Amino acid sequence: MTKYMDQTGWALTLGLAVLIVVNFFIPEWFRAILLLSLARGSVALGLLVLWRCGLISFGHALFYGFGAYTVALIVKYLGITDVFLTVACGVVVAGGFAWILGFLLRRYRGIFFALLNLAFSMILYGVLAKLESLGSTDGISLEQTTYLWYEPEGAANKTTLFFFAAVMTWAVAMAVHHYLRSTLGYMTTAVRENEIRLEYLGYSAERAIHVKYTISGLVGGFGGAIAAMTIGHVDPDSMAYWPISGDFVFIAILSGTGNVGAPFIGALLYELIRTYAFEQFPGIWQLIMGGTLLLIIMFLPNGLWSLVDRWNQRRKERNRLEARAQEEKA
Amino acid sequence: MSVVLNVQGLEKSFGAVVAAHNINVTIEEGETIGVIGANGAGKTTFVNMVTGYLPPSEGKIEFMGRDIRGRSVRAITRLGLCRSFQVPQVFLSESVFDNLMIAFGIAERDGLGLLGALMRGDRAGRVDEHMVRYQIADYRHVAASALPQGVRKLLDIAMATVRKPKLLMLDEPTSGISAEEKFGIMDILMQALKEEETTVLFIEHDMEIVERYVSRVLAFSQGEIICDAPTEQAMVDPLVQEFVIGKEYHRARSGNGDAAEAGEGEAG
Repeated sequence: MTKYMDQTGWALTLGLAVLIVVNFFIPEWFRAILLLSLARGSVALGLLVLWRCGLISFGHALFYGFGAYTVALIVKYLGITDVFLTVACGVVVAGGFAWILGFLLRRYRGIFFALLNLAFSMILYGVLAKLESLGSTDGISLEQTTYLWYEPEGAANKTTLFFFAAVMTWAVAMAVHHYLRSTLGYMTTAVRENEIRLEYLGYSAERAIHVKYTISGLVGGFGGAIAAMTIGHVDPDSMAYWPISGDFVFIAILSGTGNVGAPFIGALLYELIRTYAFEQFPGIWQLIMGGTLLLIIMFLPNGLWSLVDRWNQRRKERNRLEARAQEEKA
Repeated sequence: MSVVLNVQGLEKSFGAVVAAHNINVTIEEGETIGVIGANGAGKTTFVNMVTGYLPPSEGKIEFMGRDIRGRSVRAITRLGLCRSFQVPQVFLSESVFDNLMIAFGIAERDGLGLLGALMRGDRAGRVDEHMVRYQIADYRHVAASALPQGVRKLLDIAMATVRKPKLLMLDEPTSGISAEEKFGIMDILMQALKEEETTVLFIEHDMEIVERYVSRVLAFSQGEIICDAPTEQAMVDPLVQEFVIGKEYHRARSGNGDAAEAGEGEAG
């Protein structure tokens, strides 16, 4: 067990415990915000995996959309309402598409990589908006969800979904964290800075990117599936349109790449800022969002997580000084 | 003694420029070979072709009895033919320790094994040993971008040897290093490579280094090997003197060059 539990592992588990406890004390609207933060944070986590090796996608709504629509279509056409099954399908479909697209995208870097993602996401948007069988611009509404043999009703519905989403997100974050600590996951600077050396160490930079991209797609699909169930409705404009991809990039910048927990904190903050800005200043809420982004880039270029890093460093420094003072005394 | 590398009839041209013409080389286990030649003579092209970075136009490349022509860099690296670079190719924003850690991680695992944790105590131990062998342990936590050039070169070579290669190709290990440092660095390097019983081929411009560390010389000129002989012999070879070393150098060394002759040599 200790093999899988380090500081981050414990922190994520603590986060899960906090979510489960606060569930009983929060109003409905805040639970919805938390759910949406888990969903969008997951997609931003997918961006983090790519970002660490210097790649950024301007089209991650692609996988968000795949995940969400897979869930909705399975419910609509197959009548399957079990969340374990629908979410698993959403993850697999998004991951599968990421794997297929990966054969092309692994050959691109920088702006080309970013914009090719955008291109693919807009193709998905076009298909979803045009095809009547996929709900067209109206989208598809989801029916009642079930959990294995449990069919919650009324208020229990939201609570159950919240627990389910929290536990699943915890599992996803733990898995990604484990991946990032593996040899393959550590091929980040290597890919970003020197692909030739990586080849001469005996591994393919393209394959490393392909794996990262597939993981990114899987996690993005998971986020989409959770979002679909949270909102209870999918439509192209809120699941696959390009500003949605922009939101994910915003969250990723806000969070920083320091830790797998960061995207979830970033996503929550993003949702809160947007909700309040929209409510209090309906005329200029975009201005507030833009201003926030500007401030983050100017003062916290490595995102919110750099605050934690700074705090850790200061603590280490203080411990060192204390140890030295004690030595001198002795 | 078994043959490690066998290259026959290697050809490469870039448009009208012939970078390699009829290259035939056989390297046996345990040899230390120096590759010399003027800039653009085809030395690095040779290394690039043998290690799979550049596809040759023609010819045969056998490593440990296996045909490796057309294989990828990483496939050849995995077989045990590794190289270092003239300009060190390291991960600049990572520390020396992290650079070697990822190198060891990739060398020690493959396939799904790569999903195992990278930072492990036993691996860290091997990295520390390796750093001691190459005498870069003092720089353990220094980012590669902040290293002195000589140390960065050693790191580059240390990263190339984590697989304990059968044959190691070093592209100008002393270029960019000051004259005072170069013998120290070469001593560290040769000692470490001897411990690991690695067959070495290195490209070098510095004739002092070549004479001191190398048992056999390959001299390149305009894409061809103009001399393949033991070091002593190669140094006095007329073709090598004319195209690689330059006559004046030899005269000064043999001690019978006076000002007039040196002047003549320059004029000629």
